[in-house]
Amino acid sequence: MFDPKTLGLVGGVLVLLTIASAVVHVLRQRADSGLDAAVIETFRLRVRAWLMLFAVVAAAFLIGRTATVVLFGLISFWALREFITLTPTRPGDHRTLFWVFFLCTPLQFVLVGFSQYDDLYDIYSILIPVYAFLLIPARIAISGDPKRFLERTAKIQAGLLVCVYCLSYAPALLTLKLPGDDQSSNARLLFFFVLIVQLSDALQYAWAQIPSKHVIAPSINPTRTWEGLLGGVTSITLIGAALWWATPFQGSSWWMAAAMSTVIALMGFAGGLTMSAIKRDRGVKDYGTLVEGHGGVLDHIDSICFAAPVFFHFTRFWLMLTQTGPPGG
Amino acid sequence: MDKSLLTKNFLALLARFLSGSSVRWIDSQPDTCQRVYFANHTSHLDAIVLWSALPQHVRSLTRPVAAKDYWTAGAVRQYLANQVFNAILIDRTQIKVHQNPVDMMVREIGHLYSLIVFPEGGRSSGPEPEIGEFKSGLYYLCKRRPDLELIPVHIDNMNRILPRGEFLPVPLLTCISFGPPLWLEAGEPKGKFLERARQAVQRLREMY
Repeated sequence: MFDPKTLGLVGGVLVLLTIASAVVHVLRQRADSGLDAAVIETFRLRVRAWLMLFAVVAAAFLIGRTATVVLFGLISFWALREFITLTPTRPGDHRTLFWVFFLCTPLQFVLVGFSQYDDLYDIYSILIPVYAFLLIPARIAISGDPKRFLERTAKIQAGLLVCVYCLSYAPALLTLKLPGDDQSSNARLLFFFVLIVQLSDALQYAWAQIPSKHVIAPSINPTRTWEGLLGGVTSITLIGAALWWATPFQGSSWWMAAAMSTVIALMGFAGGLTMSAIKRDRGVKDYGTLVEGHGGVLDHIDSICFAAPVFFHFTRFWLMLTQTGPPGG
Repeated sequence: MDKSLLTKNFLALLARFLSGSSVRWIDSQPDTCQRVYFANHTSHLDAIVLWSALPQHVRSLTRPVAAKDYWTAGAVRQYLANQVFNAILIDRTQIKVHQNPVDMMVREIGHLYSLIVFPEGGRSSGPEPEIGEFKSGLYYLCKRRPDLELIPVHIDNMNRILPRGEFLPVPLLTCISFGPPLWLEAGEPKGKFLERARQAVQRLREMY
């Protein structure tokens, strides 16, 4: 189970996290470090969230695929809870929401979980964009409340797509048929993905701390700057390239891992900014203001939600190009 | 730890998890002194959620006041009301002089228990339910026992989790805010007092 590559990747991350925790600890002890206390606090919370996320993904190595899919399913469920809580709905939406929470969400993850070598892809990739998409407005219409109909429908659809559909592509990475045909390369791919997304978030934040700021959209997120984006994407591309040996793209060449990392970083950025826009519109700082003391689940997975489906499909596309015949066959 | 306490703690934890509730004490602290928690009312689950939001040592001394017709319908509700919440059940259909609900509450709490009441009487409904006029029971209760601390409580979002007339809940997140205590002032007129109490809940809602 623990081949050298997997051990190297997981061990490397653990070393990195330990160093990060130590740095944060030292910085907190020294008030005269010249750094903003709020910045250190943000970093501390991020490191903690990282540890939690990597614990989830490490489960893929230890317990197996089912556990990973279930864990991602639970994260999805909680994120959707946060999303819908902040979205104004009307009593007429109640039964629709019931189906969304207790039918659509579990079914998506059940289908992903039972998919073997991509064989259920045709079903789970359209379950929400087609069937749930049509079910939601129809069910709301039956309840007979026309007020702000399109708006309510769109909000529920968006929540389901972002929190459930998009996120489900992260565990779906485990179902791809990768060259070499050993299970640990799938787990490694998921680990690589989560690592790059989280690292890119942190690096963009770190790069945004340098002076001469050009804030991208001040009224949406004052901490995201062009410098942060450029620096973050560049450094994550280099890191991705350096990790090429751990990815299935090694058969191609190192630049494939680098290009994929660039895509992940850009999508992660898009996810963070989009979720910020929704939060600003609803007038909250974090989705987690509901769960006091820490940011919400959705605050931590926004970049994963955006990056997962794109990374999945790019990888799948690459598989189709490099393998003879479609990946299912 | 006896079995019923285990059940109680388990149910409280379950209710906390299912309602995903965050609890805020604003200028107020949990205490075992005799209190009346009064809250807005939008759902049958309100009493359970409020009860489960209290710390365990306070919870065991706090009794919700609930409608007899609802909580005696069926064995499960009856079990919950009697064995778990230790509820004081009020017969809404037969309020007579000799079995006045206020008398009953005063008798039942003695010098030990606190109360959870929903002074709006019924559940308010609608997408953004207004906090309705308070019924006078709260006033008469305080008139009899002016020493009771009144704690305003606002329960957010329960009307979306289980609205009126629905039986399947949707798992959204609630927020329960406890406010600073207030008392019935000497000689305070009924209408003024009830409005002041209502405003206290309203303020918690706006602070959200």
